[in-house]
Amino acid sequence: MERLDGNAAAGLLQEVFAREMTVAIETCAGCGTSEALGAVHVYMGGPGTVLRCPHCSTILMCIVRVGEELRVDLGGLRRIELR
Amino acid sequence: MAVWQALELVAKQPETPTAATLRFAPDRWPGHRAGQHVDVRLTADDGYQAQRSYSIASAPEDGALALTVERLDDGEVSPYLVDDMALGDALELRGPIGGWFVWDVADGGPLLLVGGGSGVVPLMAMLRHRRAAGAAVPARLLLSARTVQDILYADELHALGAGDDGPEVTITLTRGAPPGWSGYDRRVDQELLAAVAWPPPQRPRVYVCGPTAFVEEVAADLVALGHDPGLVKTERFGPTGGG
Amino acid sequence: MPPISRGFRRRHAVDPAQEGRVPPGQHVVSDFPVLSAGPTPHTPLDEWSFQLVGAIDEPRSWTWEEFRALPAETVTKDIHCVTSWSKLDTTWEGVSVDTLLDGVVTEAEYVVAVCDGGYETNLPLDDVTGGNAWVAYAYAGEPLEAEHGGPARLLVPHLYFWKSAKWIRGLVLTEEDRPGFWEQNGYHNYGDPWREQRYWND
Repeated sequence: MERLDGNAAAGLLQEVFAREMTVAIETCAGCGTSEALGAVHVYMGGPGTVLRCPHCSTILMCIVRVGEELRVDLGGLRRIELR
Repeated sequence: MAVWQALELVAKQPETPTAATLRFAPDRWPGHRAGQHVDVRLTADDGYQAQRSYSIASAPEDGALALTVERLDDGEVSPYLVDDMALGDALELRGPIGGWFVWDVADGGPLLLVGGGSGVVPLMAMLRHRRAAGAAVPARLLLSARTVQDILYADELHALGAGDDGPEVTITLTRGAPPGWSGYDRRVDQELLAAVAWPPPQRPRVYVCGPTAFVEEVAADLVALGHDPGLVKTERFGPTGGG
Repeated sequence: MPPISRGFRRRHAVDPAQEGRVPPGQHVVSDFPVLSAGPTPHTPLDEWSFQLVGAIDEPRSWTWEEFRALPAETVTKDIHCVTSWSKLDTTWEGVSVDTLLDGVVTEAEYVVAVCDGGYETNLPLDDVTGGNAWVAYAYAGEPLEAEHGGPARLLVPHLYFWKSAKWIRGLVLTEEDRPGFWEQNGYHNYGDPWREQRYWND
């Protein structure tokens, strides 16, 4: 499956963070580089939505919808700057 | 915000044999920016729900909210929207969504828009916004479509291109051009992009939208030509192109 | 109560002839969806190996040639993805995990499948033995395509297909259960489609 841009996860990110997130800048805990969330690599359509660092492929976030709940793993994010 | 609102279809017009524009008039619409999208949710009478994302086609200045949807043969939602949905029928909509793949006149240019098939929809919102704002930001649109019948907004693009300060519109057809065709007639490649795009030192803001394979090729070609990857924003529709 | 979109219906009708073969909440598809959590790995066959490690008397390892020389089986199975699609009568060729574990001495009760790209999934040892699992390298008579998990993937058809790990490179035998990727991210630890064990709280 091809990857999508962070923009494809914009609606889901807005559900999680209660604000527009694609212009937020993430810093990858794997390689330390920073990108707008709109520019990260997104894999959707499977069991969950996976956001990966475009430089080192570290999983920044994994978001799974379990019924009414959203389960969010943020392990690969060192930092997010909200603009 | 992240809230679903129920809306009725207020107008519908065919664009091509496979695409239609649907208009809605939400009460509590916060306004939107060109390039944003909405999530649409349909509920069947047995409770089954399906959700898809569609780019907003209308300019922020337009008032009503317009979506242009391309029917996919094996789609579940797009055939309903394009073929079956009638005036007064309801759906739920959430949005506007997205802050990264957006362009406002204030962002300046030059503005290079590259769209594959229905990928032209958010780019059209940008051009409509540019026109409504009376802006003269240099703008170019490269549109790739299969055949001349598949060109979305053909008449409007022609009119836009003919106006003063209008965007320069270049069209390429990938499955055959009619006799006398003055545009290109092949898939977008690096050579075509080099001919259409501004030279990299002019630092155009680039927006590329369409099916994933199209976007990947175009983005890679633009970077290979020397464009700053930080100025190239992409919106991949995924393998099915959106719905 | 959301508004009904007049005339909208689901695309996938349920075929009564397939009743009994389709677990609850699933629908049958004729294509083979490609779903992934990351980029498709492309390990050259001359760099590929399959390893058995962990709580084991002696680790074992096979190169691609050695692996392909093992006795193989062709099986036809129904598969069920937790995202709700099921595909009936899929045909695979591969090496039974029983063959791989033949002669292995272990106290382990669990395995973890480890894969190129970093994906992992966990299963009870009993669920990958007794004719329940294969490491498959061909689908529908053709070498398994990379996007579907090639060169080789785990095949465990009686559980949701996230347990049939793509791009498998080995099995780690463990004494304790070690939840894998989706199991740590909200999915069920076991994943029986017939009991609809999709999520952790099912």
